[in-house]
Amino acid sequence: MRWLHYYLSFCAAASLLLIVAGGLVTSTGSGLAVPDWPNTYGTFMFAFPLSQMVGGIFYEHGHRLIASTVGLLTIGLSVWIAVVEPRRWVRRLGWTALAAVVIQGLLGGITVLYFLPAPISISHAGLAQLFFALVVSLTLFTSPGWRSGSPAFAARDDRVLSRLALAAPVVIFGQILLGATMRHTGAGLAIPDFPLAFGHLLPPEWTAGIAIHFAHRVGALAVTTIALATAGHLLFHHREQRELTNPAFLLTVLVLVQVGLGAWTVLSGRQVAVNTAHVAVGAVTLATSLVLALRVHRSWFGDASGDSRRASRPAVEAMGSGSEARA
Amino acid sequence: MRHRTLWIIVSLAAIVVAGACNSRSDVPPVSIIPEGGGAAANAIGETGTSTVSGSITLQGTPPAAETIRMNSDPVCVKAATNTETEYYVVGDGGGLGNVFVYVKEGLSGSYPASTETVTLDQQGCRYTPHVFGVQVGQTVQITNSDPTLHNIHATPAMNAEFNTGQPIQGMSMERTFDEVEVMVPFKCDVHGWMNAYVGVLSHPYFATTGPDGAFDLSSLPAGNYVVAAWHEMLGEQTQNVTVGDGATAEVSFTFTVG
Repeated sequence: MRWLHYYLSFCAAASLLLIVAGGLVTSTGSGLAVPDWPNTYGTFMFAFPLSQMVGGIFYEHGHRLIASTVGLLTIGLSVWIAVVEPRRWVRRLGWTALAAVVIQGLLGGITVLYFLPAPISISHAGLAQLFFALVVSLTLFTSPGWRSGSPAFAARDDRVLSRLALAAPVVIFGQILLGATMRHTGAGLAIPDFPLAFGHLLPPEWTAGIAIHFAHRVGALAVTTIALATAGHLLFHHREQRELTNPAFLLTVLVLVQVGLGAWTVLSGRQVAVNTAHVAVGAVTLATSLVLALRVHRSWFGDASGDSRRASRPAVEAMGSGSEARA
Repeated sequence: MRHRTLWIIVSLAAIVVAGACNSRSDVPPVSIIPEGGGAAANAIGETGTSTVSGSITLQGTPPAAETIRMNSDPVCVKAATNTETEYYVVGDGGGLGNVFVYVKEGLSGSYPASTETVTLDQQGCRYTPHVFGVQVGQTVQITNSDPTLHNIHATPAMNAEFNTGQPIQGMSMERTFDEVEVMVPFKCDVHGWMNAYVGVLSHPYFATTGPDGAFDLSSLPAGNYVVAAWHEMLGEQTQNVTVGDGATAEVSFTFTVG
């Protein structure tokens, strides 16, 4: 089980690398540098010569190669989990990750073949973040700390923390979707100054692009407020819960860095490295908030020690899961 | 369970594909549509012996041309003969090149598409010509003369978008446009600095200026016209022109920069 945890950690790192590669594709405007899919310029993608990975092809084809690798890793992930994991819901999450990566691949192909329609590209960006968050969650669920530790904190004892912790990933994901909408509708510089908007607190005129951009800024304010409130609450009420304070403080730092990167993205005129870092840090922020939320609500998952249940699993499955086919 | 999961995945994929197909019909509105020039009356359009000629000049000092960094493709670094941006091509006396001049209004009837094939070449990792015109239905031959791969990505508002790869030197393809549209942009997503514009009209009365800024629209029937001049950075200007039978009307445009 420990090796599965290490493997999942590797999968999570690979998924983050894939998000960086995807961010580079859009930041460099290379989304259509390879006009066909799944082939690359008529060649089977794995046979495409490295020497021809030039210009925008380097980013787009590189993204496809990393995506294929993540796809293969995900097949391994879901099968490995199915074989060794005694918790049914974790096995289901493994298959969900596989389904997500397949759909993500299809979305990537469709968005190329239909010239980057915004709804598909935004869905592709959003699902990428969900997939990464899912793999990070699986990494958490298979970690020794999660599996062996009994819930040290009961969310029902602190409703405020429970709600803050649940709100954070939801609001952050909404913020990511707004960012993806901004990115894929060309509204990244709809408001060209920062922190003001055209020299005013509120934009003096409104277009769809300005509205999306401004909403993303308001969203950043909401995310920052929630992150600070969560960290402050933990500091004052649960200072000793290191498994909660650590991700909360990390979340706060990430959010502040992310706000800085957002401002820098605007002020630099969407400089490629800054713009891409903004996407990547957004993903890590979402994953961190999810880890915190899961740890706060650790008691919902009961005794998550898979090994202790393993012995009784055949009996449990025989009673009520006849339709659940285990590969 | 396995079948149910499979069906869920297939259904989601179908929904996604359907959504993508629908989004293709969400075509943005056309930026410029020549009104008279785009008329599709049944009668054959007249030709004549009149001419509208003139020149385009640039007033002011344009931004200096920038050197394009082609390092992302070593082949381009070797093959490039021109690494300067082409936004402002200014000749002696202030003539402005790469301006598309055309009759925007005043023509009636339909004109058969020219049988002459216009070539858009990718050479030295640049498009040649940078600005040009064709008639609706006229063939554009797009050629890759470079020993590297290009994609040809047309992003029209009215015509059908296309994005085709030409990975091998010497490859060629032909395209036509079905709708009047000024201008249809071309770009190469592999080499982000490569772009070109084609003006698609229903008649043959158009020209692209060279560095001297001169243009000549000949064989026009006598009449009153709106003549337009389009530049990729400076937008479009129009002027009303009246030309008599067999006469030449002079018209000049001045774009201002800075």
